[in-house]
Amino acid sequence: MLMAISDESLALAAARGDREAFASLLERHYDRIHGLCWRLTGDRAEAEDLTQDICASLPMKLRGWRGEARLTTWLYRVAVNAAHDRRRRAATHAKAALGWGDWERGRQADIAAETEAQDWLREAMAGLSEELRDTVALTLGEGLSQAEAAEVLGLSEGTVAWRMSEVKKKLRAVAQEEMR
Amino acid sequence: MNTDPKDEFDRLAQALRSTPPAPDPAARQAAFARAMENFDELAKEPQTEMRPNQDRPPKRAGFLNGVRHMLSQFSSKQVLAATTSVAALCIGLFVILPMQNGPYQPTLVEPSQPDATPVEAAPLDAAPATTRTETASAAPVVEPAPVPELALEAVPVDMAPPVAAMPSPGESGLIRERMVAGQSNPAISPNAEVMFDAMEATSDVAMMPPIAMLPAETTEAFANAEVNPIKITAEEPVSTFSADVDTASYAVVRDSLMSGYLPPPEAVRIEEMVNYFPYDYPAPGAQDEAPFKASVEVMPTPWNADTQLVRIGLQGRMPAIEARPPLNLVFLIDMSGSMQDPDKLPLLKQSLRLMLGQLRPEDQVAMVAYAGSAGEVLPPTPASDSARILAALDRLDAGGSTNGAEGLELAYRTAESMAGEGEVSRVLLATDGDFNVGISDPDGLEGYIARKRDSGTYLSVLGFGRGNLDDATMQVLAQNGNGQAAYIDTLQEAQKVLVDQLSGALFPIAGDVKLQVEWNPAEVAEYRLIGYETRALRREDFNNDKIDAGELGAGHSVTALYEVTAPDSPALLNDALRYQPAADAAPSGDGELGFLRLRYKEPGETVSKLIETPILTGGESDDDARFAAAIAGFGQLLNGATYLGDWGWDEAIALAQSGKGEDPFGYRNEAISLMRLAQSLQGSAPGTPPMGVPVPTDMVSPR
Repeated sequence: MLMAISDESLALAAARGDREAFASLLERHYDRIHGLCWRLTGDRAEAEDLTQDICASLPMKLRGWRGEARLTTWLYRVAVNAAHDRRRRAATHAKAALGWGDWERGRQADIAAETEAQDWLREAMAGLSEELRDTVALTLGEGLSQAEAAEVLGLSEGTVAWRMSEVKKKLRAVAQEEMR
Repeated sequence: MNTDPKDEFDRLAQALRSTPPAPDPAARQAAFARAMENFDELAKEPQTEMRPNQDRPPKRAGFLNGVRHMLSQFSSKQVLAATTSVAALCIGLFVILPMQNGPYQPTLVEPSQPDATPVEAAPLDAAPATTRTETASAAPVVEPAPVPELALEAVPVDMAPPVAAMPSPGESGLIRERMVAGQSNPAISPNAEVMFDAMEATSDVAMMPPIAMLPAETTEAFANAEVNPIKITAEEPVSTFSADVDTASYAVVRDSLMSGYLPPPEAVRIEEMVNYFPYDYPAPGAQDEAPFKASVEVMPTPWNADTQLVRIGLQGRMPAIEARPPLNLVFLIDMSGSMQDPDKLPLLKQSLRLMLGQLRPEDQVAMVAYAGSAGEVLPPTPASDSARILAALDRLDAGGSTNGAEGLELAYRTAESMAGEGEVSRVLLATDGDFNVGISDPDGLEGYIARKRDSGTYLSVLGFGRGNLDDATMQVLAQNGNGQAAYIDTLQEAQKVLVDQLSGALFPIAGDVKLQVEWNPAEVAEYRLIGYETRALRREDFNNDKIDAGELGAGHSVTALYEVTAPDSPALLNDALRYQPAADAAPSGDGELGFLRLRYKEPGETVSKLIETPILTGGESDDDARFAAAIAGFGQLLNGATYLGDWGWDEAIALAQSGKGEDPFGYRNEAISLMRLAQSLQGSAPGTPPMGVPVPTDMVSPR
């Protein structure tokens, strides 16, 4: 029955303390959050941890939800912020794994001999800065429009457009590098 | 490979859109359970009591009040069990840690004395909180590099309020939040006290950056094998292993302890811990053929009066650069907002830390930061005062826009003030290239740098990050400054650029270094190699040049420790066999415990050379030997080896203290602090918390 209710109404109910509403909200969106986390981190275990962090913080965060944005947009924002926090903490550790970006992790992954496609994706993502990774995870990965991604990231649409062109530039550079 | 950029882009899109790995059902269930638990806990409180849900607290007082409010709300045991509450509580306690070294601003601008909402208002009846509160107001706020002791006093109250205004809550706080949340003990005071202990110990080693290791990381794989057992000389007289100059395990142990966890036993590799420290072994002289020299010493075992400790020390030939003149280094550090990426400022800090170890006590270091304005964050300081330098490094935090030219001028002025007869002064500009020179005439800047070069101050440029690196500007600046422009993207690169070049060249002087000890059964009935589990070689591999082993670099030293038991010692663990003849006397004379053989290859050679030296009894334990033994004890206390008897932390610390020696860079002091930290962690929290326990990341800054 609850499935017919919109995300937004569910969220409002959950924010008011409706346990069932919250549970079904989780049920509905867990996989989506997990998917984004995977795209943001590029690492399975890291994605699981991050997703769990987000779920655990959701009850608290929902209280601040005023329904001013679409719930999915809001969820994406929560996820991206959580990923940032996690990275920030990881960054202080000399060998902290940054998922895509970490050379140590990359080395380990090489040893583990992943499939070629995954290697390519890892390399491509590692070549991008964090901002660019976040942006492509949302646009290319989650299929958001540039405007939607901008809303999630709290940026102007122009910045997102610029970032996307940066991504193209980087990829081109990488491809040319490989040619050499 | 296709070069069409469109295709690359599409390929990325496709790869990203491809289905992510299916969520692990168990993880999903755990996440649900946790979420519901938090939901239920939250439902017990009136909604109006919630902290405002926004990115940053609006103002300091609001933040502190919020925390205090939560603290007073969450005093019941049951509520504290919820991670939410514990997380919030810990922010109240620990977010302040990064501030321990002084004001947040990179400039010397005096921060306004905060109208502090005192922490004592929190329902922490723990004594440490109050005592520190008293001393806090006396602590210096402006002093750019307070000595660690003062920093400690200043921790709880004085520094707390500015935190609320910080752009990012401190990592250490979050780590500790994680730590507490990871523990199952819901009661507040024990945790709080552990925390205070940890903070206390942390401040002792304030020279260390607040390195964070994610303790719940389950993907970390450690290379280790079973702890070496006692061997019976009569059965297995020969012990063979490869040299190991790695020190990674020590860093892991340190990170773990600094984040409040005992390291997992499998992360403890004793030889790497022992080898982390520089020892003053005799280096080979100019006339010696071998590129390294072995020195062997025998001393009573600290943890067992009835056995002896044999220390084998290898010292590589020192690089010729030994005679270099003292260096005056001024780091000009870009603190613009774009520097806060992990591959920029944090990497820079790590790099400088690495480099510090290569400096000599007579070298001097200063730091100038530039962002909105330029400021000296570290006045000229002897390199031996690493605590002060590292503390200043820790205080750096990116923010603000860039005014490079002003910083450059200040850096040069600082460098000139440090210059002495026969010394080399160099400004090292660390930037991501977002270098707003602030001079309308770029040629004027080049000329300025060139003139400074002629007057004896050089400039090197270190580039960080990929975002907006202005490579051309960097190159021009560096060339005019008679320096190098280097791009640093990983710690390895930092090692190469900063450390290796500083020490001349850290070139390998010997490859495939293998050690083999043949014990004399007349003198040694049982022996045990401490550490080197992952480096064990088979006996026959010693003479096989195809078998790979460790390398030794210029100036490197390698230390190996054996615990040996004499045939008549009461400490023998194995009884003599009834049907075997008693061990024969040594053929090679009295007092010879064993015979050490070393094999190595000259760089580029394929045939190894052999060095042989007997292991003789006698000799005294010098500082180095005692300290190495203490570190070996430290490692064994951490990995739970069973050979220590009643010997514990107090003894290990006392032994390390006695072997501390001059310790020009504070490494040994740091180790002693870590031992204390480990002692308090082991005493208060038996065992490491369960791995893989997730903790909410940002309950404290909901957005």
